[in-house]
Amino acid sequence: MAAAKERIFGLTREEIKRRIKLPWRDAFRICARNILIRFGRALINASTTFLSVAFLMFVATMITIARSVAKTQVGFQLTPEDIARYNWLVSMAMLICFVGIVNSMLMGVMERYREIGTMKCLGALDEFIIRLFLIEAGLMGFIGSAIGAVIGLLVAMLRASFGIGWHVWVNTQWAIYGEHGIGLIGWLIISVAAGTILSILAGVPPARYAAKLPAAAALRTEI
Amino acid sequence: MMAMQNKRTNESIAQEKSNEQVVEYTVRCRNLHKVYVMGKVKVWALRGIDLDIKRGEYVSIMGPSGSGKSTLFNMIGGLDKPSEGTVFIDEVDLAQLDAYELAWLRCRKIGYIFQTFNLIPVMTALENVTLPMTFAGIPEDEKLDRGMELLKRVGLADRWNHKPAELSGGQQQRVAIARALANDPAIILADEPTGNLDLRTGREIIDLLKELNEEKGVTVISATHDLKMIDVSDRVVWIRDGKIARIEDRSKLQLQVGMVEGEELLEEEEKPEEEGEMPEVSDVA
Repeated sequence: MAAAKERIFGLTREEIKRRIKLPWRDAFRICARNILIRFGRALINASTTFLSVAFLMFVATMITIARSVAKTQVGFQLTPEDIARYNWLVSMAMLICFVGIVNSMLMGVMERYREIGTMKCLGALDEFIIRLFLIEAGLMGFIGSAIGAVIGLLVAMLRASFGIGWHVWVNTQWAIYGEHGIGLIGWLIISVAAGTILSILAGVPPARYAAKLPAAAALRTEI
Repeated sequence: MMAMQNKRTNESIAQEKSNEQVVEYTVRCRNLHKVYVMGKVKVWALRGIDLDIKRGEYVSIMGPSGSGKSTLFNMIGGLDKPSEGTVFIDEVDLAQLDAYELAWLRCRKIGYIFQTFNLIPVMTALENVTLPMTFAGIPEDEKLDRGMELLKRVGLADRWNHKPAELSGGQQQRVAIARALANDPAIILADEPTGNLDLRTGREIIDLLKELNEEKGVTVISATHDLKMIDVSDRVVWIRDGKIARIEDRSKLQLQVGMVEGEELLEEEEKPEEEGEMPEVSDVA
């Protein structure tokens, strides 16, 4: 406890701790800037999320349509085997998406070794680096899965429109939750949330790796 | 264990303080060793460096590439840990600092300048300069004011909205110098600041560093093999094979510079080779 009272450079350890910060607002600004400027890589990165969330939303929409319309329309029904198969496909898609994001995040870390080293020289804590990478992953995951979910929904609805009839736009349950279980809006929220969370989780290993790099080693790297 | 270490260093500080009460030292290195293990091979980058640097001094660390300049630079800047020995900044042993304190040190006490400028490519000149202030928690308005002031000081106020890629090498290095000064550091550490610049631009950067050294009283330590640095340095520390070969003061230096000036000085590596001077190492400590 004596250590806490001890002064370093004329400050207590507590004061020093309080004087190093990265406000969330600034972190968000830096990340948004990063995504906009490195748009090409951001697109590749987001496309894995985009595809798997689009697939998830497509399957979810098909199931919802089937449940809603089944009462009036004979012959459009999903068997439990179908649902099981779809579930399996969705989880595989999500797994591939996860690996894809980890991969592209790692690439992103590697091309920014020097930047990370510089930030550390300027006084960034390890957790700032983690925060920056996770926000970036989250933002890209959100954008990718929002677009993916809308497109997955549209494709499934159009397919059903041609197969069953345009009345599916009215008859399918849109509400978050209703008599047929989760509705389309509910599924939209779920898939966007799943895509975003998955992206953030996939960002954790690369972000931790980036943060743990010693400043000198990160600066030394030539790419 | 920790307590014992504390006690030991405190004692050594106290002891050394009594020896050197007259002069204030910003940086003190004691018996610095650094070993890099590469597979089965051990490479000794530093083999026992003892160096004291006074407040407000302009010190150049000279030596051929591979002599350990950059390693010493990393040790003093708290970017890497020595295998043996200690670095004191303002009498604080860097080995005892935790992550927060090290970050604080890098943020507030030391400004870094690199050979490759190392500006953040996606940020404008002004944003690069204000980034260390963000980490230091300085309010937005003050940040922008101070950032513009620093850019004006290095002569780039009209370029504040340019990205590093839109600036020349010399201009990027100026932005880097402004960034190094962001939080009014006590020390500027420069690693080959002129290494990627042509002669004239390099000269301008050296002059700028010297001016800042004089007007702000900031201690400048630069690892370099640019002999143009000799003119402005208060002291030159020659390093060879991870050891201090000799240290020269300004008075002695001016004689030397007088002798070699006018020559193309880029091939300096082998020139200062005088085995007879090696014993001077001992009187540094």
